[in-house]
Amino acid sequence: MAEQKRNVHKKGSVKMAARRNVPFALFLLPSFGGVLIFVLLPFLDVMKRSFHTAVTTEFTGLKNYQVIFHNQAFLLAVQNTIRFTLVCIPLLVLAGLLVAIPLSTLKDAGLIKSVYLFPLAMPTATIVLVWKMVFYRQGFLNLFLTKLGEVTGQWGSVRIDYLGTGASFWVLVASYLWKNTGYTVVLWLAGILAIPNELLEAARVDGAGRWKCIRYIILPNLKGSFYTIVILSFLNSFKIYREAYLVAGSYPQEDIYLLQHLFNNWFVNMEFDKMAAAAVCVGIVLFGAIMLLQRLWDKAE
Amino acid sequence: MLKALGQSVKKNMTVLLLLLPAVFICLPVVLIITGSVMDSMELKQYLYPVFSDGEDFIRWKLMPDYPTFEHYGRLLFFTPSFFVLFWNSVRLVIGILAGQMLVGVPAAWAFASYRVRGSRTLFVLYVVLMLLPFQVTMLSSYLVLDRLSLMNTHLAILLPAVFSTFPIFLSYGGFRAIPMQLLEAARIDGAGELRIFFTIGLPLGKSGLLSAIVLGFLEYWNMMEQPLAFLEDKALWPLSLYLPEISWMQAGFALCASFITLIPAAFVFVLGQDYLEQGIIYSGLKE
Repeated sequence: MAEQKRNVHKKGSVKMAARRNVPFALFLLPSFGGVLIFVLLPFLDVMKRSFHTAVTTEFTGLKNYQVIFHNQAFLLAVQNTIRFTLVCIPLLVLAGLLVAIPLSTLKDAGLIKSVYLFPLAMPTATIVLVWKMVFYRQGFLNLFLTKLGEVTGQWGSVRIDYLGTGASFWVLVASYLWKNTGYTVVLWLAGILAIPNELLEAARVDGAGRWKCIRYIILPNLKGSFYTIVILSFLNSFKIYREAYLVAGSYPQEDIYLLQHLFNNWFVNMEFDKMAAAAVCVGIVLFGAIMLLQRLWDKAE
Repeated sequence: MLKALGQSVKKNMTVLLLLLPAVFICLPVVLIITGSVMDSMELKQYLYPVFSDGEDFIRWKLMPDYPTFEHYGRLLFFTPSFFVLFWNSVRLVIGILAGQMLVGVPAAWAFASYRVRGSRTLFVLYVVLMLLPFQVTMLSSYLVLDRLSLMNTHLAILLPAVFSTFPIFLSYGGFRAIPMQLLEAARIDGAGELRIFFTIGLPLGKSGLLSAIVLGFLEYWNMMEQPLAFLEDKALWPLSLYLPEISWMQAGFALCASFITLIPAAFVFVLGQDYLEQGIIYSGLKE
């Protein structure tokens, strides 16, 4: 009897599952079909190509991988991209937090938030000319620094060529911060406002000052936001290519020669074998990094 | 009373401190606007040190000595190619957003309202795809587009973008806020799955869709990597690639074109700011 009942129940749940499976599949189908055709299947093709020569499509084993790992341009680009990521993401995370914490105490934060967010809406192409006006040797930044030197009497005329020297790296860092701080502020702010007010009230009643509240209540409660922000900042960090390309072209000063430049140049020169190998490598590294962050994220919650 | 005064001073200090960097943030806009209404000769004079690489510094005036709309006139009445590119941008953005809604919204609904076996794995796959930068998938996209002979057409930009998984993630955020019990109740009352999607899902989850549209608009209005790689014919280019081609000698013209390019983005930003923020928050949500 009990057995029968269980069977009936099981049958019911199978039916239930089918009732969910079918609409799930139908709703997902158009998207999944497209993803399959435009991303997943061709990526398998790319994987296959990474083991073959570009033109004759002969099997070459790991040769393409060996080639890229001995390729000066690839090594330089990897190094620069890693350096850029490691410098930018901590700076961005911190900058966002420094704005978000005081902003969270204001009742009417809307306007200030808008101002920080606005660069996100500005197309890169519209600010390229401005960047040139600011960072060229005779540009606004040197003008400002020279005037500052005159006033303080500390240094003379400043004539740094920001785009032609190693300083170009910092120009990119600055434009990345300029563009993305608002995004990060919104995410931090959402995290801060999600902290139950009673928690802060209780701490204040117990005599905790502003710093103590931040250190012991706000920051520990923002772990979830932290991982999110790191992941999204990373995603956005690849878009810095737009600024780099528009300001300095396909072959910029060597400190800002990024993986994105290299991929584009390989593409233009139809060096698909190297591109395939590099795409697989970068894809695997990113996949690993995303999975690792997700694991950490799960733990944090 | 004194304490209240102290507090209000402190508050104002906070506002001031926060606004200080904000001034820098706005500076490019001021430069673009003032430069776009400056007489060519005047502008040339100010910018001369920059492109001649001389000893002097660049100069600027917030109030131009000879304000003029000559650049706007030239751009709007004597540069038909500008309109071609403008419409290219508009067509691409609208096409992409419409396609994303058509394909992505049902997918987001599938993930949000049916928990079936394997759906979580698929969702993680979608998240990973969302996070892969264009450069990693560039060759794959090219292989397909080439096989379908779509290279150097607008479809080469449209189709891969339509199947981007980012808007799915955002719409999912909106749908997830709908309580499951509501859907169950509708099912018990005999509503079909499609009807539930249209009468409960879409109206209640629309903030996610709108967020996807606002963030998507700003992203694709600024699109560069894809057209640079997949469009050879410059007549097909969007505005975002054209602007940098204008030379220094036509700075006023370029600034004016920049301003006009900025207008639609600024318009969407102002209208959709709440959804933009909501979208950013959704983009940071975990399943």
